[in-house]
Amino acid sequence: MAETNLLSPKPDFVLYGGDIAQLGLKEEIDHGLELLSPLRYKTYHALGEHDYYLDLGEYWERRIGPQYYSFDHKGVHFVVLNSILTHDDWINKWPTPMDRMMTMAGLDNPEGSPFMVGDKQREWLRRDLAKVAKTTPLVVLSHSPLQKIFRNWNFWTEDAEQVQALLAPFERVSVLYGHVHQIQYNQIGNISFNSAMATAWPWPYPETYAQAPSHLPVLTVPMNRADPFQERDATGWQFVDIHSGRVALNYSLNDNGNRVVAYNAATGQPEDQGFQPADARIPPQTHY
Amino acid sequence: MRTKNMIVAVLCATLVPVVGQTLADEFSQADLERWSQQYMEVANQGRQLWVSADLGTNGVACAQCHPNAANTHPETYPKFQKQLGKVANLWEMVNWCIRNPLEGQPLAADDPRMTAILSYVTYERRGVALDPGKH
Repeated sequence: MAETNLLSPKPDFVLYGGDIAQLGLKEEIDHGLELLSPLRYKTYHALGEHDYYLDLGEYWERRIGPQYYSFDHKGVHFVVLNSILTHDDWINKWPTPMDRMMTMAGLDNPEGSPFMVGDKQREWLRRDLAKVAKTTPLVVLSHSPLQKIFRNWNFWTEDAEQVQALLAPFERVSVLYGHVHQIQYNQIGNISFNSAMATAWPWPYPETYAQAPSHLPVLTVPMNRADPFQERDATGWQFVDIHSGRVALNYSLNDNGNRVVAYNAATGQPEDQGFQPADARIPPQTHY
Repeated sequence: MRTKNMIVAVLCATLVPVVGQTLADEFSQADLERWSQQYMEVANQGRQLWVSADLGTNGVACAQCHPNAANTHPETYPKFQKQLGKVANLWEMVNWCIRNPLEGQPLAADDPRMTAILSYVTYERRGVALDPGKH
């Protein structure tokens, strides 16, 4: 927080990508907000599944605000979605809220359920975007990727295509998401996707699980494999520059060289400025 | 004494084929199913350990970094392990994780819990070709 307050140039605001809690407990949400409280910037929050599945977002809403919303800033339209909803019959089948929370908190728990934005929120999004000129840069923040990468670990949003269809008419769209604890980026039509780093531990890339199909975007040059000997490896800072209406990410990684993933106007996609060509990659970027 | 042992041996040799229980390497579909079930029970115990905080002291569980035991690579062991500075078996690396991120006590190589963990990890990697020493 202290370093964020000292950033120069000063950020206009902070986006928090979700999972301020581990098991949705009031004391966890309070503790997370207390940790964030020294920030001198307006902070916009997205909901993560760890915030939600105990009380379905009730305490989070009381402390933080609406589960989805939009705002305008310096000519850019920002949308924050709650992308971690799921089917009502799954939500209602658990004997206690904590059973439900514990199940969704286990990333690889086969009893979990796929994330989704849902009909109601997509209708809200449609109405919200109807007021925005197609030339206005759009930035969408969600916790889960609004694209389908790996269902087993919810690197996935079940209605991703329907959300993408609402974003597709805009000339410049950037989706920022959390959840995956690793560098991912992609381009689908006019929509650029970039993940955010975790403050905690890294997760394996989905192709390292041999028993289920996965779809890491071919564009993504994976981060270096984490060395378990270095406890902060694969975590780090990520400075987001959206000055051009396209996202440029400057990664400052512990125990690793820095990386920059930025939109390349010539190719129309985000690219790693050092490692994008296949022959520029290094052995730890191969995950198997 | 010697004669008595011989009598027992002869008796066994006579009786066993009649009872039909220890034919050298003959086993049935029921045996296969029973053995597979034994293995899956142990692998499932390993899965329970994998997602629990019981192996450590600080609430960390193996699955937090290794969902579905991904990135554990049982097919590459034994291999040189930087953390240990030598060629090591997977159980030694499991103990490295128990000691460090989990801040727990290492398990003996033949501890049933270690067997369960290795059974689970290897099950999640089934079908992948052996590639010892690979990084």
